[in-house]
Amino acid sequence: MQINDFLHQTSEWLKGTGPNSDIVISSRIRLARNFDKVPFPHWATKKQSEEVLQKVEEARHQAELLKKTTVFKLAELDSLDKQFLVERHLMSLEHAQKKNNKALITDDEEIISIMVNEEDHIRCQVMQSGFNLFEAWRIINSIDDALVKILHFAFSSEWGYLTACPTNTGTGMRGSVMLHLPALVMTRQINRVLAAIAKLSFTSRGLYGEGTQASGNFFQISNQVALGHSEEEIIGSINGLIRQIVEQENSAREAMVSREKAFLEDRINRSFGILKSARIISSQETIELLSMVRLGCDLGVIKDIDRRTLNELFIITQPAHLQKLENKKFSSQERDIKRAETIRQKLKI
Amino acid sequence: MVCDVCGKKPATVHLTEIIDEQMNELHLCEDCARQKSADMEQQFGLGDLLGGLAEFEKVSLEKETVSLKCPKCGLTYTDFKKIGRLGCAECYTTFKKYLGTLLKRIHGSNIHFGKSPVAVTKAQKKKVDVQELRSKLQSAIGIEAFEEAAKLRDQIKELEQKQQRGEAAQE
Repeated sequence: MQINDFLHQTSEWLKGTGPNSDIVISSRIRLARNFDKVPFPHWATKKQSEEVLQKVEEARHQAELLKKTTVFKLAELDSLDKQFLVERHLMSLEHAQKKNNKALITDDEEIISIMVNEEDHIRCQVMQSGFNLFEAWRIINSIDDALVKILHFAFSSEWGYLTACPTNTGTGMRGSVMLHLPALVMTRQINRVLAAIAKLSFTSRGLYGEGTQASGNFFQISNQVALGHSEEEIIGSINGLIRQIVEQENSAREAMVSREKAFLEDRINRSFGILKSARIISSQETIELLSMVRLGCDLGVIKDIDRRTLNELFIITQPAHLQKLENKKFSSQERDIKRAETIRQKLKI
Repeated sequence: MVCDVCGKKPATVHLTEIIDEQMNELHLCEDCARQKSADMEQQFGLGDLLGGLAEFEKVSLEKETVSLKCPKCGLTYTDFKKIGRLGCAECYTTFKKYLGTLLKRIHGSNIHFGKSPVAVTKAQKKKVDVQELRSKLQSAIGIEAFEEAAKLRDQIKELEQKQQRGEAAQE
């Protein structure tokens, strides 16, 4: 698999399938693991991090589940390719920054991705479309079982898996669910929901994870606690929370449809209109308008476009995707023009 | 419009800063805007936050911890406070006293209940043993060594029962 091969396929998390896929975009589980005898990546020498990468590559050959994966060494990629992988959620922003011997291992379907030498030696993640955390757990658990037989991980019977940052110590697990909550935002109930989430020791972030702002009504909810509960318990509690948020979003949607139908349909159709006719558009505006159109699609206000096309638009209008699709570097103004053109083409009905 | 900071590239990011009720508009190019946001993040890092969490026993901590250094990787407690990350697995033993409190503050607990690599490898080992015995059993039957085969059969049964009990206990 080459990086460019990803360009013309839809990532697993954007397929728009799976349970509750109107409100839940995707589910993700990641596990942090470290070698017991090597300093953590930020504290390791070049030689040590090279050793880590070598060991992980060897393990990849031995583990049956990782047979169909590709290794990308970040030192060999240009900044556009790195940004492209971040936009596809295959790796973090932090991983794109310069540091020794970083690598990304991913499968062809973009379900599994393993960051080597990010904050921890191994950061393995599994993505699923829709509300499907337990399936993601089932897959990642078997990958972890396979790796544990080959590699020696830093583990204490008292504190669990030992990680570079003590916020991940224990299970080393973070479960995240990406939600689209336009009705809770429009009815100004979102702050109440976010406050409750924080009180229950969960966090809410934007589209691109740690340190990013929520935009286009997308929220990524994940657990903060990694120690003191089993993986299944943690997933169970995220599931319980997500189910409640989904319910609240649904009732906010119902309330808007029954009380403010004209207002809602106006906003949705105006957004659709702008997307179909704009000649210059920023990525921020695109995300916000697409969010409204997606809501319109869920509510049946917009009938002639499917969820998958909209999901694809979210990603191909991102800066690196636009540039890779055209195989050309653009300034940000040029990108805004190109973006508008791409959207118009995709929405031509 | 050119960037207010470098004065060279075109300004594409427009920032409004309010400091002490004084409003200030800044027009920045992409690169300068990126630098600006990095500067803002550095002012309050994770290190300060984590260090602060562990430091509730401030008096006893000062003297002892300044000299505390991981024998394996050389990270000091001061380093940990600054960067918010530990240096290696051994650091957890070196700074055990402080980390126990810190972990409890972060997670509300400092005892692990999740998955363990030991359980996985043990279960694996038992499976391998059973597989080995099974293939021995097959060859014993093949050469009609029935007494040996019966012994092997009993061993397999015993191991499998043990394994099931172990799994049940884990659940």
